[in-house]
Amino acid sequence: MAVQPPERELETLDLYINVGPQHPATHGVFRMVLTVDGEVVEDCDPVIGYMHRGNEKLPENCDYRQIIGYHDRTDYLAQFNTEWTYCLAVEKLMGLEVPERAEYIRVILGELNRIASHLMFMGAFGTDVGFFGTSFMYTFRERETIQDFFEAVTGERMMYNYFRPGGVAWDVPDDFEEHARYVLDRVRTAIDDIDGIMTENEVFLARCRGLSPVTPEQAINWGFSGPMLRATGVKHDLRRAEPYSIYDRFDFEIPVGTQGDVYDRYLVRLEEMRQSIRIVDQALRQMPKNGPIMASGLKRTIRVPPGEVYARTESPRGEYGVYIVSKGGDKPWRHKVRAASFCNLSALRNMVVGNYVADAIIILGSIDIVLCEVDR
Amino acid sequence: MIGNNPWLDGILRLLVVAVAVPLSVIVLNYLERKVIGRVQNRLGPMRVGPYGTLQSVADTIKLLTKEDVRPSTADQWSFELAPYVVVVPTIVALVTVPIMPDLFIRNLGLGLFFIVAVSTVPIVGFVMAGWGSDNRYALLGAMRSAAQLISYEVPLILAVVAVAMVAHTADGGRGTLNLTEIVDGQDKVPYIFWQSLAFFIFTVAGLAELYRHPFDIPVAESEVVGGPFVEYSGMRWAMFQLGEYVSLVLISLLGALVFLGGWNWPLVNELAERNAVAGTALQAVLMLGKTSFFILFFFLMRAAMPRLRVDQLMAFSWQVLLPLSFYQIIVNGLVVVYGWPDVVLGVLSGLGLLAGSALTYRAVRKPTMVRRPRPVAARQGSEVKV
Repeated sequence: MAVQPPERELETLDLYINVGPQHPATHGVFRMVLTVDGEVVEDCDPVIGYMHRGNEKLPENCDYRQIIGYHDRTDYLAQFNTEWTYCLAVEKLMGLEVPERAEYIRVILGELNRIASHLMFMGAFGTDVGFFGTSFMYTFRERETIQDFFEAVTGERMMYNYFRPGGVAWDVPDDFEEHARYVLDRVRTAIDDIDGIMTENEVFLARCRGLSPVTPEQAINWGFSGPMLRATGVKHDLRRAEPYSIYDRFDFEIPVGTQGDVYDRYLVRLEEMRQSIRIVDQALRQMPKNGPIMASGLKRTIRVPPGEVYARTESPRGEYGVYIVSKGGDKPWRHKVRAASFCNLSALRNMVVGNYVADAIIILGSIDIVLCEVDR
Repeated sequence: MIGNNPWLDGILRLLVVAVAVPLSVIVLNYLERKVIGRVQNRLGPMRVGPYGTLQSVADTIKLLTKEDVRPSTADQWSFELAPYVVVVPTIVALVTVPIMPDLFIRNLGLGLFFIVAVSTVPIVGFVMAGWGSDNRYALLGAMRSAAQLISYEVPLILAVVAVAMVAHTADGGRGTLNLTEIVDGQDKVPYIFWQSLAFFIFTVAGLAELYRHPFDIPVAESEVVGGPFVEYSGMRWAMFQLGEYVSLVLISLLGALVFLGGWNWPLVNELAERNAVAGTALQAVLMLGKTSFFILFFFLMRAAMPRLRVDQLMAFSWQVLLPLSFYQIIVNGLVVVYGWPDVVLGVLSGLGLLAGSALTYRAVRKPTMVRRPRPVAARQGSEVKV
C-alpha cells in the first residue's frame, strides 16, 4: 500500500501591524491593531483611551460656568457646538429664556464652526486618500478666515469659551455682519475648490465609491449619527427632527446619501457645508441689530434646581449629548457626555475587516473622529 | 573625443556626470517644492537664500551631517547595502544616455537595452531595505514596491521596444536600440505622433516606476509611513532620495529622446545649416525643454492626484496597459513586415489610445460594484494582540 505523502502547504503567518498611536493617518492618538494577511485586513482591534482626561468627572467639581471650558476640550473642532449643547442642558434645567439676539449669534457661530470642522475633515480625508497636502492647503486657507472671525468675536482661536447658560459672554464686535459675509464669500470659493479637486477625480472615485457600504438598519443598530447616518439614506438631523434653539426659522435641506459608502459620507459633508452657508446667510439677515445678549436675573453663581436633563444637538460629527443630574447647589451631581464620534467609531471593526490596509485608513478617516471627544 | 587618450576621455565624461547628478538633484528638489507650493497656494521655501534657493543645499548638509541610525534589530548587511543597490544602478544607467549629439559617456549600440536592464536592479534594493529594517511598515512597503515595479516594468519596456522596432535607421531600414540613431530618425516627425499609444503607456508606467502619485503606493505616507525608507535617516535616506531624483531625470531624458525627438526636432537641421552655433544652442534648449516637460508633469501629478489602491494598480497594469502595449507591438510588427508607411502606424496607434482611454474612463465612471462588509464574528475575549 503506497503511503501518500502529507500535503504540504506553504506556511504563512498573519502579520500584526500597530497603526498608531503615532501614525500620520490616525487623526490623533488612536491605535488600530490590524491583523493583515498580505494586504487584506483579517482583524482590527481599536484601542482608545490615550487622550482620556476625565472630562466627564472633572466638571462635577466645578460650578456651572466653569464647566464650559471642559466642553471646548471634548470636541476641539466643533467647540461652539459642544458649548451650545451644555448651555442648552443647563437652560433646560433652569427654565431660562435666551434672548433673541444671543440665539442668532449662537446659530451663526455654530454653523460656521460646522463648516470649519467639515473643512478640516476634507483636508485630512484628502490626505488619507493620498493628496500630497493639496487638499489640506486648500481647506486650511479658508478655515483660517473662519478662525480669524472667531478670534475677532471671542478673543480665542481654539478654546472659545464664549457661550454661557442664558446667552453669550459679551456682545459681538460692530463689524460682525460684514466680517461674517466676507467669511461666507471666502468659504464658498473653498468649497468649490475642494469640490473641483476631489469630487470628480477619477482616482478619488475609484478609491471611495462602494467602499464599506452601510445599510440604514446597520447604521441605526450601530448607533450612528450625523453624516455617517445620513450617508446611508436616513434623513435624521436633530436640527429638523427636534428643532432646538431657533432652527425652525431657517430654510435648509438635509443632504442624504444612497449607498452609505465612504464616498457618500464625503458628499453629505460637502453638501452640509453649503447648507450651513444658507443658514448663516438667513441668520445674518434676520438677526436683530440691538438687544440683550444675556438672560436677565442671573446671579454671579448659577444655582440649578434639582432634576436631571439630557440635551442634544447636531454637532458636525453627529449627536452630541449632555446629561446632567443636579441635586441643587452650584455643581452638577452627575455629568455625562454622549460623544458622536465615539459611537461612530465603535463600528470600525465591522467596516474594516475584509478590506485592504489602504482602505482601512480611508474608512477610519471617513468617520471623522476627534480623539479628544472619543476619549473625553 | 576629448584629447587623444580614450581613458582620459572616459574619466572626464564620468566626472561631468558625477558632478552634474548631485547638483541636478539639489536643483530639482528645490524646484519640486516650489512648483508644488504654487499649486497649493503657498510660496514654498523662502527663507534660506534669495527666494529660498539655498534651501536644498541646507537640507543636504543637514542630511550629510546627521547621525547614521541603524535599528538594533535590523539586518546589518541588507540594511546598510540597500541604498547603494538603489543608487548605483540608476547612475550607471546614465552612462549610455546621450544628452546632446556629443554629450554622453559611451554611446552603446544596445543603449536602450542597457538602460532598461540596469534600471530594474533597484527593486532588489527596495526589498533589501524593507526586509533589513525589521519594521512591518517597511516590509509592507517593500512587498508593494516589488509587486509594483515588476508589473510596471513590463509595459514600460514594451513601450520603448515598440519605438525601437519602428525607429528609422541611417541606412533607411527600421529597428535600432541605439539612442542616438533613434533620435536621428526623428528629424522630420517625432515618434510621439506615430506611437501615441506607446507614449501614453510609457508616461503612465514611468509614473509608477518613480513612485509618483497616483502610484506612490509603496511609499504612501498615510498608510505605510514612507514604506521601505521608514527606518532610514541621514546619509542613507539621502541616498534613496538621490536615487529617486536620478531615476526621475533618467525617465524624463528617455521620454524626451525616444518620443519627443530629443535634440533633433523641430527645425534644428535647417538652423544648423545656416549657423552651427545657433543650431547647437537650439539643440540644448530643446533637450532642456523636453526633459523639463516630463519633470514638470511628474511634479504636477504629485500635487494634483490622490493614490490608487494596490489591487487597482495591479489591475490597471495587467488588464489595461499590458494588452494595449501588446496591441502596439503587433501593429508595429505588421507595419515593419509589410513595409507600410508611418501614417498607418500613427493612425492605428492613435485608435488604440482612444479605445484604451474610453475603456478606462468607462471603467472608472460606471457605478462600482458595491462591496458589502463581510459579517464579522464576535471576538473571544478582549485581549489586545501586539
